[in-house]
Amino acid sequence: MENKRLQLSNDQLKWETFFKRLLIAMSGLLVLIIIGLLITLIVESMPSIKSLGIGYLWGKVWDPVQNIYGAYPFLIGTLLTSFIALIISIPFSYAIAIYLGEYNPKGWLSDLLKNTIELIAAVPSIIYGFWGLFVLVPMVRNLEMKLHILPYGVGIFTASIVLAVMIIPYGASLGITLIRMVPSPLKEGAYALGATRLEVIRNVIMPYTRSGLFAGVLLSLGRALGETMAVTMLIGNTSAIGTSFKNIIFGPSNTMASVIANEFTEADHTLYVSALIELGLVLFFVTVVINLIGKRIITRFTNN
Amino acid sequence: MEAKIGARNVKSVIFKGLVVFFAFIIVVPLVVILLYIAKQGATQVNWHFLTHVPAPVGEKGGGISNAFVGSFIMVMLASIVAVPVGMMAGIYLSENPRTKLAYYAGLCVDILQGVPSIVVGIVVYFWIVKPLGTFSAIAGSIALAIMMLPIIIRSTEQTLKLLPDSLKEAALSLGVPYHRVILKVIVPCGFAGILSGITLSIARIIGETAPLLFTALGNSFFSTSLTKPMESLPHVIFTYATSPYDDWHDLAWGASFILLLFVLTLNIVTKVITRKWKIQL
Amino acid sequence: MENPIVKAENYNSYFGDNHVVKDVNISINKNEVIAVMGPSGCGKTTFLRGINRMHELIPGATSKGKILLDGQNVYDLNAIYVRAKIGMVFQRPNPFPNLSIYENVVAGYLLNGIKVSKADKDVIVEKSLTSAALWKEVKDSLHKKGTFLSGGQQQRLCIARAIAMQPELILFDEPTSALDPISTSSVEALFHELKANYTLIIVTHNMQQAARVSDRTAFFYMGELVEFDDTKQMFTAPKDQRTQNYITGRFS
Repeated sequence: MENKRLQLSNDQLKWETFFKRLLIAMSGLLVLIIIGLLITLIVESMPSIKSLGIGYLWGKVWDPVQNIYGAYPFLIGTLLTSFIALIISIPFSYAIAIYLGEYNPKGWLSDLLKNTIELIAAVPSIIYGFWGLFVLVPMVRNLEMKLHILPYGVGIFTASIVLAVMIIPYGASLGITLIRMVPSPLKEGAYALGATRLEVIRNVIMPYTRSGLFAGVLLSLGRALGETMAVTMLIGNTSAIGTSFKNIIFGPSNTMASVIANEFTEADHTLYVSALIELGLVLFFVTVVINLIGKRIITRFTNN
Repeated sequence: MEAKIGARNVKSVIFKGLVVFFAFIIVVPLVVILLYIAKQGATQVNWHFLTHVPAPVGEKGGGISNAFVGSFIMVMLASIVAVPVGMMAGIYLSENPRTKLAYYAGLCVDILQGVPSIVVGIVVYFWIVKPLGTFSAIAGSIALAIMMLPIIIRSTEQTLKLLPDSLKEAALSLGVPYHRVILKVIVPCGFAGILSGITLSIARIIGETAPLLFTALGNSFFSTSLTKPMESLPHVIFTYATSPYDDWHDLAWGASFILLLFVLTLNIVTKVITRKWKIQL
Repeated sequence: MENPIVKAENYNSYFGDNHVVKDVNISINKNEVIAVMGPSGCGKTTFLRGINRMHELIPGATSKGKILLDGQNVYDLNAIYVRAKIGMVFQRPNPFPNLSIYENVVAGYLLNGIKVSKADKDVIVEKSLTSAALWKEVKDSLHKKGTFLSGGQQQRLCIARAIAMQPELILFDEPTSALDPISTSSVEALFHELKANYTLIIVTHNMQQAARVSDRTAFFYMGELVEFDDTKQMFTAPKDQRTQNYITGRFS
């Protein structure tokens, strides 16, 4: 009996070691994936980096037929859609965060709102794009006709609206967590001095959560920058920039993500492909940096 | 003095009104979109729709059976890869939080969470499609698996971190080896949290199009071959929605309805799991 | 009569560079109840956990010296085997929440995948729960999860779980400090009955408990084993001044 038990323990020791090594291997795999992602992106954009150099980033012309590649139109398209979406979404995200974090954290009404924003985050982006294409675009077209602008319907404006709806849940849920973290004694002290609800929110809660809310903005921005499908369907897929402000905002355009989505399978020569990959590399860096900064701020905030 | 207080109170009430307005107005677009999809799509769905492939342009009828099955196969395959890898990485991170590997792996999970799905797609193209010489369901599944990882890892890690150390100690003191302690005590006690992370990640990838554009591509024929291109629900929506044919638009609405149904069901299932299956500690 | 079951020879424990248990030499006989007492941080729990090799599970924890179980150095044996041979009961009752009461008792077999027939398992469950004075209270709810049990009952379940493995030696790490007085006395009564079949080493924060339940008492102070003697002797006429100070309450 003793020997059997000892034998079992010896076998178990071997499996134990194997299991521990397996856990380490799987975690190492994660690191390998990221390193692999980076290496692949860099290697495949090498041809374009070598021949086009840094001027690629502000080249204004993207003409695959003539083998001229400049990323500037897509940088503009990406930045504009993301920032406009962000600006549109902020009042809504904040309002939801303040309502659910401060005014009404519990109850059926707040559950309803909570479930709504979870649902908004759950809907796949392709469906937002599809709906936008058939419902929003005609509406924008009508608006443009009334404003005497070329009635494309698609364009930066349309894409930004849908993008704004899509990123509201991210800012909102982070905001809710942050606002709930404001210590009650702080708020109660202000109320005891006779402050109104608005004044407590403006003078106690907002300053306290400021850095965290900023991080929320960053994370929403990161989400918006990487969004592909809805934007691809609504932005008009034109690789040139308009001249006047009106034309830029209401005209068709492209983002880094949408041009990759549209042209990657058609890219037939090495320089074309590598120019697209280089866009992917830029996109990778920008989104990763923004997300990491945002996450760092939040960790620091929650650890205080 | 009283007038001032009055004014301040009025401001506070107006502010609350604004907050309520801006907060609840978000319900409107959601309801509008959901209802529109339901209206356009529900009428498309019938047995024929689910069991036939798309008809050629001009012909009426046709369905999304290839996309339906394709999505199912690729999601299954992606889960088979991502769930064990993700759970084990999550276990390691929760058990060894202070090692160097945990720091870097955790950093990589954060990075991966932020990588745009299209970037994952083009990288997997170079990893699998180019060497194999063909678009394939395998490539699509791998791309989807990579996207599932951060969600599964983080939910596993966070669930296990909440379990008290005394659980592990009790098992270890009985002469239970480490792997059995984890697999037979710790993971079962965290089952609800881990499973809900898995269902959440499935709900996420079932609607992803971008990673499939250059990996699984699409296929107008019915195919279950893992080494050939495979159609999927989100991809068929993209192709047919952007086409100029009304018949194909109808197919896309039907597919959208089905996709939405799946996503919503999975979200509800996740909530039920968290509520009902949580083990009281 | 000398019949040592556990012997520590020049045993030392460390947390990293922190020397927590210093050069302990002690010999414990079969069927004795030994109390280990001392102020917080004196190393008594660390010493206890060195006996069944739980100490080394903490990252950075090491030890030197020998601990002999029935003449064999546990540090030369397979650690898993050692832990299976020695039972341990912890400060906070920790039954497995995902297992029923029945399954908890035989957890040592279940979790290890050791095949035991249903009949044998039934016998083990009844015997262990009876020895832990819990059988009558739970025999009709064996297949429920143990969450409805009181603290004292949960602790007796943990004792049954340890007994089911048929150890010769059972270690107790402050087993009643999280329990109310009534549960505490039920567990203390148990020590007296268990003594017939097992050797018990009980780390306790409570001097009066040590005086009540043990044959011999060990007093630890700042990592050293200061005194080890008959309990009666230790509490009436301690040989070391430090022991005297502790007993009279000069420090705790």
